[in-house]
Amino acid sequence: MEKGIVIERLGMTYSSAAGNFEALRDVNLSIAHGEFICLLGPSGCGKTTLLNTIAGFLEPTTGALYMDGVRITGPGPDRGVVFQQYAVFPWLTVKENVQFGLRLAANRKTPEEIDRISDHFINLVNLEDFKDSYPKELSGGMKQRVAIARSYAVNPQVLLMDEPFGALDAQTRHFMQESLLQILEKERKTVVFVTHGVEEAAFLSTRVVIMAARPGRIRDVIPIDLPYPRDAATKTSPEFITIRAGIEKVVREEFQKLRL
Amino acid sequence: MDAASRDIEGRFERKQRRERIERRVYFAASFALLMLIWEACRAVGLINPKLFPSIAAVAHSCIAQLRDGSLQQHMYASFLRVLVSFSIGILLAVVFGFLIGWFRVVRMLVDPGINFFRALPPIALIPLMIIFFGIGETSKIIVLSYASFFPALVVIYQALVSLDPIYIRAARTLGATNMEMFRKIILPQLVPHIITACRVSLGVCWATLVAAELIAAQRGIGAMMVEAQNFFQMPPLVLGIILIGVISLVMDAVVRLIERQATQWQEKMSD
Repeated sequence: MEKGIVIERLGMTYSSAAGNFEALRDVNLSIAHGEFICLLGPSGCGKTTLLNTIAGFLEPTTGALYMDGVRITGPGPDRGVVFQQYAVFPWLTVKENVQFGLRLAANRKTPEEIDRISDHFINLVNLEDFKDSYPKELSGGMKQRVAIARSYAVNPQVLLMDEPFGALDAQTRHFMQESLLQILEKERKTVVFVTHGVEEAAFLSTRVVIMAARPGRIRDVIPIDLPYPRDAATKTSPEFITIRAGIEKVVREEFQKLRL
Repeated sequence: MDAASRDIEGRFERKQRRERIERRVYFAASFALLMLIWEACRAVGLINPKLFPSIAAVAHSCIAQLRDGSLQQHMYASFLRVLVSFSIGILLAVVFGFLIGWFRVVRMLVDPGINFFRALPPIALIPLMIIFFGIGETSKIIVLSYASFFPALVVIYQALVSLDPIYIRAARTLGATNMEMFRKIILPQLVPHIITACRVSLGVCWATLVAAELIAAQRGIGAMMVEAQNFFQMPPLVLGIILIGVISLVMDAVVRLIERQATQWQEKMSD
């Protein structure tokens, strides 16, 4: 049984009145546990579709995905998801949100454990002072931190993140990137992260999967041989700049092809 | 807090107090204006003063009926009918609203029928009800439940259809079963809509009350009005109209209070 996520000959085709649209073609990828994979590419390259098939929201038209040897057929608490739009439940406080997964039958926990676990993760994302606030009182970055804490609370092996920092301003985005790496330092997870930001991808990941559009497919997989922990200083180091430039080149090539 | 901040806070509190008093003055003034128009129309002859009673006459009728207890009996009887019918209507609306909103097959089967019955006024059903269920309490309750049911049904199933699917996806990734999905994700989101449905239902229910009480009722505000009509006594008739308006206003205010409490988490335009 192979550990990790294995994606074999994955294809996703949508049919509509306008004809067939091939969102993904022949995707093959193996993700080992503990890796941080970024799916990087322009709009329409299928990165979100790929993430959604790993999450189990979509069933591929061809091929299959496996998690630790078991075929993925639907969503589950082993693969947590942080969405691009804020999916924090607005009718619950921060604390109730984080505790939500723990109160489900699938994650049987005692009341003391529930409190202990939720407190631990609320502190991890630095939101202790907002435990009893409602999401409407929080900023975008704070809402995403609640979403992260909520996903973490049910201890998934894999964390799937779909452009989670896309709606945030630049400063908050950088802060959230660094926070995410710090959290991962303390609690290691396998991460698949969708983004269209080259700097973000190079900064966060162990490997960057560059995707191309029309049809959606993997174009290149580039390993990032920079050590962790990484921080703001990393972004100005010469090694980072070289790696980033290399990725930019590939991405720009693909972008030009689309324009033509 | 320094003097400048205290001053700003003080000014804000004074403004709020002024606005609160202003609201109350306008509230009283609008009713005073209505009463003025009432008496003025009678005085000028716009309405036949012999037919339409004065405020004083209505007040006398009110006090007299309060004294002999008949007004309380009428109000209690009507109140009970509305409460029972409204509860039945809302309960059925929640159950069916969910089934229609959640299951596409049900919705497609039932939609044309709903639009047909929705347009049918409850009053039109009265003769049918009398034939089937006689002139007892049952027919009235059925008519009033019917009146409460449809507006609530539409509000609820529309709300279900327009729920954001992202919360359902998020709950699935946390491990929720279908039952947990219903109890913990769908129901809480429906609460504000159910309250809206309550407000609409209550309004329609009260509006249909008089017609329902035309089915041979001895007690009830509508019954009081029908009796007054039969004996050509205008004051109780007008009193009935005013009472229905006032009670439904009060009930609506109560529901709005509950709504404010239950929807503290919502982002509202007035925020």
